[in-house]
Amino acid sequence: MSTIIFKQKPRIIGWYSVAGKKESQGPLRETFSRIVTDEYFGEKTHEMAERKFFVTAIQGAIQSAGVQPDIVFAGDLLNQIVSSSFAMRDIGLPYVGIYGACSTMALSIINAATYVDAGLVQTTVAAAGSHFATAERQYRTPLEFGNQRPPTSQWTVTGAGATVLSSAKTSSIGVTCATIGRVVDYGIKDVNNMGACMAPAAADTLERHFKNTNTQPGDYDAIFSGDLGQIGEEALRDLMKEKGYPLGENYYDCGKLIYYGEQKVDMGGSGCGCSAVTLNGFILDKFQQGEYHKVLFMATGALLSPTTCFQGESIPGIANAVVIEEVTE
Amino acid sequence: MDEQQYAQYIKKISPKSKVWSSLLRAFLVGGLICLVGEGLGALYQLWLPAYDQTQIGSLVSCTLILIASILTGIGVYDKIGYFAGGGSIVPITGFSNSITSAAMEFRKEGIIFGTCANMFKIAGPVIVVGVAVAMLCGLGYFIVGLFL
Repeated sequence: MSTIIFKQKPRIIGWYSVAGKKESQGPLRETFSRIVTDEYFGEKTHEMAERKFFVTAIQGAIQSAGVQPDIVFAGDLLNQIVSSSFAMRDIGLPYVGIYGACSTMALSIINAATYVDAGLVQTTVAAAGSHFATAERQYRTPLEFGNQRPPTSQWTVTGAGATVLSSAKTSSIGVTCATIGRVVDYGIKDVNNMGACMAPAAADTLERHFKNTNTQPGDYDAIFSGDLGQIGEEALRDLMKEKGYPLGENYYDCGKLIYYGEQKVDMGGSGCGCSAVTLNGFILDKFQQGEYHKVLFMATGALLSPTTCFQGESIPGIANAVVIEEVTE
Repeated sequence: MDEQQYAQYIKKISPKSKVWSSLLRAFLVGGLICLVGEGLGALYQLWLPAYDQTQIGSLVSCTLILIASILTGIGVYDKIGYFAGGGSIVPITGFSNSITSAAMEFRKEGIIFGTCANMFKIAGPVIVVGVAVAMLCGLGYFIVGLFL
């Protein structure tokens, strides 16, 4: 069975999100723990800034939890996941690097919850993040290059989020089960249409999740996908209709939630940071306010590298889903 | 939905670039850049009457390259490009922008391995193709010339 049931229901005892300037001009402004308007975050390069976003998010989450964690699970988009691993120089905790492209936030939570659920450690941290400028440089063109973005492109979110999980039952928000994604490739090669590349993987994960847990989309207060954007969201809705699990009004995409249409982001937000800052702000805040009781959080990733694209390969997608719900006892 | 159907479906739901407004903006901005070039040419001609047409042409190109490079440096050219598309990429100013933007982007990796190594990252293929096509044309010209 590809859905993991966490019997101990690891609790989410702390969270923190730090977002950039463009994100702070979007609809989720009030939900971020901290806003940093300087794209360099006081550092010399954008790469160093991305690390600082990580450090800030992880330290903030640990502080909000008030407990010293045993292991950190974190990942990002840069080659050799340098942002998270270099950030760990300052954090100094045992660290497991994770790569799931933009699905990293869900993947790191799944790993963090598994360690806690198995009773191996008491407290873990899951983190993910991205930076617009570093992603542009790695995947696209120099920032000052005067080209037009195709209308199907998405905007990489600048920000990082971290979640602290614990075996101590001091919080009523628990991680109860998770469905790990399969790598699904429908042959799309357009690097400027990530939503289209990831939607089939998202549909596959959702279908397996609903089947394995014997639930329906309506059983959740909300279902979130990570960064499908406008095209991906539409495609996912149609694919799920075809599979017999039509998604209703309780389905949202973090990539569409995070920016206003007039912010020139085309199809919406993307990047590890997109789902990370939405989860560790908007979504978990709603649990705290008692508005959400059961949420399916599914981060989606496009598993490409610039090399595979230039060599003409199609772009495989992956989606990892985790159920966060209010637990008693 | 199989792969083929999915590809068609995605094509159908994806927004298209607005061709006519893009063309109009490219025409206006591209034309404006050329107009500035012509104006500069006339000015140089007045200022330096001893120079011939080729020399004036080189001076105009150099001036446009300098202006575009400065506009790139102060973060304006990418905004022009966002509006104009091909209109600001095709003229010599676009060539200047592609080199300056890459030079700036990779400055953080140092002068040699950053700026020098990556400056022609975008412009490089243009030069290679230009030289290769020029050679082919020259060869063709030579061969045709043998029979005339």
